[in-house]
Amino acid sequence: MKSLAELEAIRDKTLSEINMRTDRQGGIRIVVGMATCGIAAGARPVLGAIIEEVSKRELKDVIVSQTGCIGVCRLEPIVEVYRPGEEKVTYVMMTPQKAVEMVTEHIVNNKPIKKYTIGEADK
Amino acid sequence: MEREVITMKLARSHVLVCGGTGCTSSGSEKLLPEFDIQLEKAGIKNEVSVVKTGCFGLCALGPIVIVYPEGAFYSMVKIEDVKTIVTEHLLKGRIVKELLYDDSIDGAAIKPLKDVDFYKKQLRIALKNCGVIDPEEIDEYIAFDGYKALGRVLTEMEPKQVIDIIKQSKLRGRGGAGFPTAIKWEFAANQPEGKKYVCCNADEGDPGAFMDRSVLEGDPHSVIEAMAIAAYAIGSDEGYIYIRAEYPIAVRRLNIAIEQAKKYGLLGKNIFGTDFSFDLSLRLGAGAFVCGEETALITSIEGKRGEPRPRPPFPAVEGLWGKPTILNNVETYANIPQIILNGAEWFLGIGTEKSKGTKVFALGGKINNTGLVEVPMGTTLREIVEEIGGGIPNGKKFKAAQTGGPSGGCIPTELIDTPIDYDSLIEIGAMMGSGGLIVMDEDSCMVDIAKFFLKFTVDESCGKCVPCRIGTKRMLEILEKITSGKGTVEDIENLKKLAGSVKSSSLCGLGQTAPNPVLSTLKYFEDEYMAHVIEKRCPAGVCKDLLRYIIDKEKCKGCGICAKHCPVTAISGELKKPYEIDQQMCIKCGVCEIKCPFKAISRK
Ligand SMILES: Cc1cc2nc3c(=O)[nH]c(=O)nc-3n(C[C@H](O)[C@H](O)[C@H](O)COP(=O)(O)O)c2cc1C
Ligand code: SF4
Repeated sequence: MKSLAELEAIRDKTLSEINMRTDRQGGIRIVVGMATCGIAAGARPVLGAIIEEVSKRELKDVIVSQTGCIGVCRLEPIVEVYRPGEEKVTYVMMTPQKAVEMVTEHIVNNKPIKKYTIGEADK
Repeated sequence: MEREVITMKLARSHVLVCGGTGCTSSGSEKLLPEFDIQLEKAGIKNEVSVVKTGCFGLCALGPIVIVYPEGAFYSMVKIEDVKTIVTEHLLKGRIVKELLYDDSIDGAAIKPLKDVDFYKKQLRIALKNCGVIDPEEIDEYIAFDGYKALGRVLTEMEPKQVIDIIKQSKLRGRGGAGFPTAIKWEFAANQPEGKKYVCCNADEGDPGAFMDRSVLEGDPHSVIEAMAIAAYAIGSDEGYIYIRAEYPIAVRRLNIAIEQAKKYGLLGKNIFGTDFSFDLSLRLGAGAFVCGEETALITSIEGKRGEPRPRPPFPAVEGLWGKPTILNNVETYANIPQIILNGAEWFLGIGTEKSKGTKVFALGGKINNTGLVEVPMGTTLREIVEEIGGGIPNGKKFKAAQTGGPSGGCIPTELIDTPIDYDSLIEIGAMMGSGGLIVMDEDSCMVDIAKFFLKFTVDESCGKCVPCRIGTKRMLEILEKITSGKGTVEDIENLKKLAGSVKSSSLCGLGQTAPNPVLSTLKYFEDEYMAHVIEKRCPAGVCKDLLRYIIDKEKCKGCGICAKHCPVTAISGELKKPYEIDQQMCIKCGVCEIKCPFKAISRK
């Protein structure tokens, strides 16, 4: 260890991996519906794609988690995004490609992709 | 179903399995491979990371498993529960309510850990990373700002500034006596340049105490980092951690941590590119209580028999191999990096006037949540026992708590609202000690408790000086006389006198504090001692020789069942008339009490 900067680099790399272990509120949460209906509709690759993208971009304060049946099984895979202080955005009929796009646009650029959300995508 | 391999570094869920000594002994080791098997089966092994951490504190409910990001707190997890957690929670995202710790559920939602009663009043500084990081991964320690304090100290501060921050923070030693840490460091720093040593006391000899073990098992790097900071502050380049060999998990993790720190250049030569160098090694102790005393500990590191020597000279002037040496407790060290990072002002904001910061306690005895807690100084005993500790089991009443182990004293019910800090404890005749907190309920006999602790010191006295070697033995004999029903009022007077002279004339802290449990139980429970010597009665019903089984004449129907079962025919009587027990013949086996269909027999 030669400098504080070197230490900082290790810190940043590892923190994004283990940050979820703190009870901290405030980050963005991406929740994927993973009940039987979701899994059957292809929620697993969607989840995988999201995690991979979040990890590739080294996004901090983003937690990817999963939940049971969200209730509208015909629209699965469903992904919900919670940003502190904003209303939740629900994406439906997701695919891995759409999910990657969602991370780029919504999480990074803070522009929800309207056409994939509930009420739009299922028209 | 799709089983494509998802390559990623970032796991979406973290399963934290407690690998502390408490949970390990209740079976947590077996859970780890089972998680591997079940995750593999479910095809999600590479999405979920399973981590073995240090102690979460709630040892009574072990093994404990916490799943993040949800923060689901599973308690008493059995091996067959692992499959359920994997297939329900981790695969389908359905939290397994039945396995959650009761108090962590709030209707349908799970509470954040900080809102659970057990954690609500706690403040974790020394235990900050315990149960959060994998203690065998230095990167995880670094992720939560580990070694940043050392980096700052070495690159931005003069040794004197380091001592100044610690001085401003008013940090006092957590090993028992509460000596101001910075004063000790300053003494050593002011010695002429040359070889100096930094030592850590991880002997932890108090019966029932496991605070230091938990810190070392859960966050070993915090102590290593702090020792390096201390070395820089006093101008030392070498350190030793003295730890008892009975702590195999802590020893193993410390060894791993030291190796990793060396590999990263955080120990060794030219740390952070400066000309500061520091080497650290372990010394294993055989577990003698007296070796926790500083001069005995130093002698033991030198490879000699661990016996105390008179002070002065103090170790800060003449310590290990005659060189200036500082010795601090594990928990004292664990506070150091946090104080450097957050500043003295922050630390001063926690605690009471003269006791700053927090204290870790090992809660044990008659309490629901036995385990490890860290609270701000000034928290009352009531808050610890009733709120954090969840009260006394089986609806019994609180009687007293012992702090400071065999060197400390008891706090009776009347004083349960005493704020716990160094000075208020001394004032009421107890002491902070290293953090053992043993709770006693109405079924505990205080004379018996005093006898227990004194027996411990008699066994552990090194025998070097007479007052301790012989004085404590005589005191124990008097206590044995009292608990066997042969004591007199005069014995109690003698006990007090003897206690006074052992206290004032012993060489080291062991002897000087050995009479404390006797003196403090005498102070608050003299009536109980008197009941033993005058009425030959043990009010709590513990001292076997004083027990009497009595038949209640009102309740006895004269059925004769008791007489039939008494193995020594001590019970006699006429059918349909109240029976009687011959106290001379009775051997106090208690069979009659169990057999009586009318509950007419009781212990007095
Ligand atoms: C008999 C006896 C046993 C002790 N055992 C311990 C111990 O196990 N751990 C400890 O840190 N200090 C123990 N101490 C206190 C040490 O002598 C010393 O004061 C302490 O380690 C200093 O560190 P601190 O200032 O950080 O508390 C013991 C003292 C006596 C007299
Ligand atoms: S007081 Fe007891 S333990 Fe201490 S030196 Fe004397 S005999 Fe040994």
